[in-house]
Amino acid sequence: MEEKKELLRVEHLKKYFQTPGGTLHAVDDVSFTLNEGTTLGVVGESGCGKSTLGRTILKLHEPTDGRVFFEGKDITDLKPKQMKPYRKEMQIIFQDPFASLNPRMTVGQTISESLLIQKAFDRRDKAGLEKRVAEVMDLVGIAPRLVNSYPHELDGGRRQRVGIGRVLALNPKFIVCDEPVSALDVSIRAQVLNLMQDLQEKFGFTYLFITHDLSVVKHLSDDIVVMYLGKIVEKAPAKELFINPCHPYTKALLSAIPVPDPDYQVQRIILEGELTSPIDPKPGCRFAKRCPYATDACRQGDIPVKEVAPGHTVACNLV
Amino acid sequence: MDNNLLEVKNLVINYETDDGNVHALNGVTLSLKDGETLGLVGETGAGKTTLARGIMRLVPDPPGKIKSGEVFFEGRDLLKISAQEMLKVRGQSISMIFQDPMTSLNPVLTVGFQIEEVVRTHNPEMKKSEVWERACQMLELVGISRDRANEYPHQFSGGMKQRVIIAIALACNPKLLIADEPTTALDVTIQAQVLDMIRALKKKLNTSMLLITHDLGVVAQTCDRVAIMYAGEIVEEGDLHQIFKETRHPYTQGLLGSLPSLAVDVDRLNPIKGMMPDPTNLPKGCKFSPRCQWATERCESEHPELRELPGGHMCRCFMTEEK
Repeated sequence: MEEKKELLRVEHLKKYFQTPGGTLHAVDDVSFTLNEGTTLGVVGESGCGKSTLGRTILKLHEPTDGRVFFEGKDITDLKPKQMKPYRKEMQIIFQDPFASLNPRMTVGQTISESLLIQKAFDRRDKAGLEKRVAEVMDLVGIAPRLVNSYPHELDGGRRQRVGIGRVLALNPKFIVCDEPVSALDVSIRAQVLNLMQDLQEKFGFTYLFITHDLSVVKHLSDDIVVMYLGKIVEKAPAKELFINPCHPYTKALLSAIPVPDPDYQVQRIILEGELTSPIDPKPGCRFAKRCPYATDACRQGDIPVKEVAPGHTVACNLV
Repeated sequence: MDNNLLEVKNLVINYETDDGNVHALNGVTLSLKDGETLGLVGETGAGKTTLARGIMRLVPDPPGKIKSGEVFFEGRDLLKISAQEMLKVRGQSISMIFQDPMTSLNPVLTVGFQIEEVVRTHNPEMKKSEVWERACQMLELVGISRDRANEYPHQFSGGMKQRVIIAIALACNPKLLIADEPTTALDVTIQAQVLDMIRALKKKLNTSMLLITHDLGVVAQTCDRVAIMYAGEIVEEGDLHQIFKETRHPYTQGLLGSLPSLAVDVDRLNPIKGMMPDPTNLPKGCKFSPRCQWATERCESEHPELRELPGGHMCRCFMTEEK
């Protein structure tokens, strides 16, 4: 395997929100590096902080603590104005294609907006801009006749293609994909996933792919991190994670996926209870309350992160 | 074939709007035996929910119109009985779990009261204390402590709310439970909990179930038989093995090909080309033909019937006719 260049490094990133009930630890001490042209899948259930993580990396939320390095440069303390050139390189595809497009802008306007903001084209250069929009629409598979359509005229799959197109237009290096296919039907979802794969091969994009759907993440990712209540509990190469899950939460999560094969039998691990509150969490392992193997040691002190295999780390006392 | 609990025959439902007729259901026929679980699978707009509402006679009218067809439940045609009698059927013999647990409970009433409501409606002679006792029992049955009966829906999490809704649906021991995407709004680990509970309760109470979902994984783990819907029609029906292992209809094959698998490594998915047809303007002939890679001229002009193959496997495709 050839060494790939590091594109993004996140060190001890924290994002806390102040709420009337206390401090909400949305992202708590998360670190990882992401190499160029690879995909990192972030999996977890609602409320585990995966979307907050994506947004904090892009500085759509101001991080509480920790550092974010993009191409080796520390971007954590940059002012919004200084951030602007980086915005061109770091983009995000949002979850809900019904809510993330401006209903009063046509497809063409939506795609060209970011180009104009980043001054990739001069406002007077209508022909050049139109050409670029047409190129992008072709790439993401939207028919040219739809350039003057409004979002309400499009179905979910096409809207998500517009969402991808708007990001693609700038030719970014790094894209945060925040549940890009969750709102889509199965057959449309597969089309969009294939499109994203093709674009990665063609342009060498780096994805941070946030999802709750483990089968999607296995299909797309090189590495996977599993999050639980703001913390990374396990990180491993995609294949390794599915063959040899080590953290009890990962195991439960994997066994809970309904597999579309009637002959497939798994020993289901049904977890008791639900996600505990991320507000002022108790010390110790966050998963201890639902963990069938939890001991007293799990409920206090820091949980060490161990490397069980190259690139495979687990935060659990019992491994 | 007389032990069928539910038999739907040629049900046609349209929504008549200003923009034209939406052909939501175009002649659906299906049957459900005592104690059986039938999975109804399809994408958005396939008509799954309309079918469920049609059985319950809950299609909003206007714009919805039940055009023709029969729905036999325990030998009675539900479409012919009076609205008064239908009230007795709903909640008592057939009950329904709706998709969104966040919005299907009344936020200003305690959960205990909301369970009591069903019991009281169908058992007016029951004493107050008995009704309350029944409500508490139901809560315990779905794994919620009876101390929480006086709490309001906002004090419960999504998975817990869905449990309360299941408790309401099962409070009168219905013969048939229609579950419309009961776990779609829930996280995987919670989904596993809820599905496990539904399975156990179904066995315990000997209820038949019509499970509506778009998730083929959920179907494979829960159902006895499966019906695949596309554009208001059933295109394939059979037991689990027939649907997942001896798939005949190109649409079902396409659905299975669209799923990233955990067991097998695939580099690329095989999605179905194109989109669902517009239900106001359905294609002539086979409704799937514009997206089907094997479509012939005949598929475009002639509408295939649902044909029975060996072993009770049903498929709506001309390709099954050969030889």
